[in-house]
Formats: sequence, C-alpha cells, structure tokens
Amino acid sequence: MNLFVDPFLSNIFLLRALIAGILVSISCGIVGTFIVLRGLAFIGDALGHGVLPGIAVAILLGIPGIIGASLGAVVMIGGISLITRKSRLSSDTAIGLLFVGMLALGVVIVSRSNTFTGDIVRVLFGEILGIDNQAILLQAVATLVIGVTAVICARPFLLLCFNPEQAQVSGFSSTLYHNIMLAMIAVAVIISFQTVGTMLVFGMLLAPAGAGALIARRIEVMMIWAALIGMLSVYTGLLVSYHFNFAAGSSIVLMATLIFFGVLVVKNIQLFRNRLTEKVNHE
Amino acid sequence: MNNISEEIMVKTELAVTAMGLDIGYQGEPVVQNINFTVEKGQSLALMGVNGSGKSTLLKTLIGLLPAIKGELRIEGKGAGQSPRQIAYLSQFHTSGFILPLRAIDVVRMGRFANHGLLGKMTGADEDLIELAMKNMRVWDLADKSLSSLSGGQQQRVHIAQVLARHANLLILDEPTSGLDAGAREIYQEAIRNELCRGASVITATHDIQEAMDCDQAMLLARKVIAIGPGKDVITAQSLLETFGIVITLNQQNLGIAVVEREHGHDSPCHD
Repeated sequence: MNLFVDPFLSNIFLLRALIAGILVSISCGIVGTFIVLRGLAFIGDALGHGVLPGIAVAILLGIPGIIGASLGAVVMIGGISLITRKSRLSSDTAIGLLFVGMLALGVVIVSRSNTFTGDIVRVLFGEILGIDNQAILLQAVATLVIGVTAVICARPFLLLCFNPEQAQVSGFSSTLYHNIMLAMIAVAVIISFQTVGTMLVFGMLLAPAGAGALIARRIEVMMIWAALIGMLSVYTGLLVSYHFNFAAGSSIVLMATLIFFGVLVVKNIQLFRNRLTEKVNHE
Repeated sequence: MNNISEEIMVKTELAVTAMGLDIGYQGEPVVQNINFTVEKGQSLALMGVNGSGKSTLLKTLIGLLPAIKGELRIEGKGAGQSPRQIAYLSQFHTSGFILPLRAIDVVRMGRFANHGLLGKMTGADEDLIELAMKNMRVWDLADKSLSSLSGGQQQRVHIAQVLARHANLLILDEPTSGLDAGAREIYQEAIRNELCRGASVITATHDIQEAMDCDQAMLLARKVIAIGPGKDVITAQSLLETFGIVITLNQQNLGIAVVEREHGHDSPCHD
C-alpha cells in the first residue's frame, strides 16, 4: 500500500504533479475525444509544435511561457485558416507547412538562449515535477472553461462529428464551431505543455481518447473513459517515474500508450470470442 | 404539443422559387439559368449523371453554397435562412464506423435545429423521434450502435433523422442508395406521408421510376435538359440528352432497357 500512496503523501511536488496531471487528463479527455472523432490528429500535433516559437520568445523575454504559447497558437490557427482561404491547398498542406515552419522557428529562437538544451527539453517534454500552485490554478480554470464550452456546444459539436453539412443546415455555423473546437485544442495544449510538454501532450490527447473510442458506445461515455484512462496514466506514470527514476512526463505518456494497446488487445479478444460463440451457436 | 402543431402548420406560399439561377463553385457556374417552383406538398426529382449539377443545386438550396446569380426563395426567405423548416439528407455520411452513437442518438440530432444550443427537448420531440424511427422500421434498432448496423439500416436511420425534423421542405440527395426493394417501399411510404402533411420534397435520384412518380422532374446535364411533370419530361429523347445513352421505356413505364449508346455502340444490357 505504501508503495502506491506514500510517494504522493510524503512529497508535495509529486502531489502537485498528480493534481496537475488529473486536470490535464480531464481537459485532454474532452478535447481528445473531438480530435479522434473528427480526425483532427494532425492539427492537434501541429498545434503542439506551433506554440513552440511563442514559448521560446517568452523564455528569452522572461515572461510566462503560457502567454507565448497562446500567441503561438493564435498565429498557427490564423495561418492555417489564411492559407486554406487564400489558396486551393488542402488544410493538411497548410497544417504541415506551418507545423515544420513554426517548429524550426521555435528551435532557432531557443538556440539564442544560453541554456538551449535545458530549455528545449523542458518545453518538449514538460516539467511536471516542478509545477507550482499558480500553474495548477491556471490549469483548473482552463479545464473548467473547456468543460463548460463542451457542455454549451454539445449539440453543434456532435453534429460536426456526425457531418459538418448537417451542423450548418441545422442552423449552427460549422466554421464558427470548428474554430471554437480548434481554440479548445489550443487551450488544452497550452495548459498541458508545462506538465507533459508540447511533444508529449499529443499522446495525452490521443491515447486515452483512442482507448475510450474502443470502449464507449456514446460520446459522453467516451469522454469519461478518456479522462479516467488519462488519470490512471498520470498516477501510474508518476509512480513508475518515482520508483525507477524515469522521466515523469514521458512515463505518463508511455503508460497512456500501453493502456491503449491493452484495451485494443482485450477488445479484439472479446470480438474473437463473440464470433466464436456465434459460429458455435450457428452450427 | 402546441409548439409542434404550430411548427407543422402549412403556409400557403410556394416552398421554393428559383428564377434565372446560376449555381456552381467559387464563381464558376456548373448549371446556368435554372427556373422552377415547388409548391407546398409537391415533389421534385433531379436526375442526371454524376457531376451534372444535382448535388450542387441541392447544396445551393440549403445554403451550403451561395448562388452565383439569380433569385432563390426558400419558404419565403433566402437560402439557409430558415434552418428549422428544412431537412437535408446528404449523399455521403461521414459518421463512418468510429462515431460512438446509437441509432436513436442519430435520429435525435434531427431535433437539434428546433432547440438551438441549450433548448430543452420535450415529450413532443421524443414522440417525433419514435414516429420517424417506426416509419422507417428502425425503432427496434434504436439502442443499437450505429456502427453495428448494415449499410441499408444506417441509411434508414439517416432518413429517420430527416423525418424527425418534421420540416416543411425535405431535400434528399440519393436517399435510396443502399436500400433494398423492401426498404425502398418503406421509404416511399414515408415520403408519401410527408407530402400528405403538406411538406415538399426535392430529391436527387438515379431511379427513373422514382423520378416519374414525382410531381415534377428536372433532367440535368450541366444545363437544364427538361423540367415538368415526370411522366411528360422523361422520354427516350430527354434521357439520351441527359445520360448520353438510349433508354427505352416500356408501356407501363416500369422497365428500362439500355439498347444503344449515343454514338451507335451496341449495349449488351437488356431488361
């Protein structure tokens, strides 16, 4: 028992990490569900990297990284929208173009910093063990905003997942609600980068929601599963990291990925058994 | 129930009026100078080969595409301005296999237009949902996951969503694709009920018999080949112009024989 609880009770930094991770799990569970259902994985990944130059500028100027990340996300979403509107290129091309461009810009800016390697690793892979109360409060507010937005926009979001044309015909602007969805992804990425980093936040957005999609028969239930699997990943990841001295952020994402594959295997075994039973009954 | 009763009250004006309408994408016309009217309780079928402009016209009618030129009035308003009054069935369903939805959840979405973001669903809404599912014979599948249903069953669920809207104008893009003969009969009966209650129906179809049963048919081949009562305008000549093949219709108009291609190549297909 002590092995599973004591690390969090005797180390305040680990308890803060757990609380921050739970908040990240809730926001990523909600947002990740829409990413998986609408096939927005690429834009989620691109946003994760698109915020990098903003964070890099913030590091150089000594201002909070979250402000820089927000600006980076706005530039990224605005850029994608501009390219797709002003050219005949698909949004995939626009996202890919800005993805690498923004990543390169971020690395170029960070390379001006004296502590380049440390900074870039911190941004990419997070610093969950160094998180403070102020960051937790900010994450709680952002998670609340994401949750409330998801409740208010539940109908247009469901229609968008089902068929964007149906959303438009039902009186909900598909462009407006698509942009709100992108903004939610951006907020989830921004608040999560301190915890698991811009590189690994993508894993927290996809793996728990992907596992949830395998289990659930309703979108609300899928979100709940995604959040719960995220929380389990945070808890087990932090424990493994504590006991074996692994990098915390990476351990969390690794756990989320392992849980996804575990669910996939179990679901396939269930499917195989059901088919076998049907075959036996048929014969 | 009062709200629903008011909602289904049939107005006297025309459901759709198009005058000198040019439709297309990004300012480039696909079909020009379209003129037609659809009265309340009447049906219009659009026929033509793929790319002839059927779906473009439907998308213009529901406001997904702006008209390039001309005048278009839907239920007395501009296209896309009365979402509560229009139900739309798209040709392709992006719901696919991944979306975790039960059949009833899909049909329930048909009522969202009437309640906006946070309006509460009522017992009357649930009645309409149940009726639509029963009319399309999918009520017993209500609790089944959409992904577990066959293609034809999924299409019936999508049609039930359109019926549940209880709209004044139904715009349907190839509604019978994927439906077997029995399901087509179920669909046709449901559409007859919609027409009887005063709703208008505009359908893009490849089914000549279905088009002939409509009050009007419009034949499209990147221009309007013919428009008028289905039985009058669907002739061997108009079908040749529309499809580029000779199609003969037998006396009861129940069978179709493709006997010759436009440029004289014999076809092996005979019904």
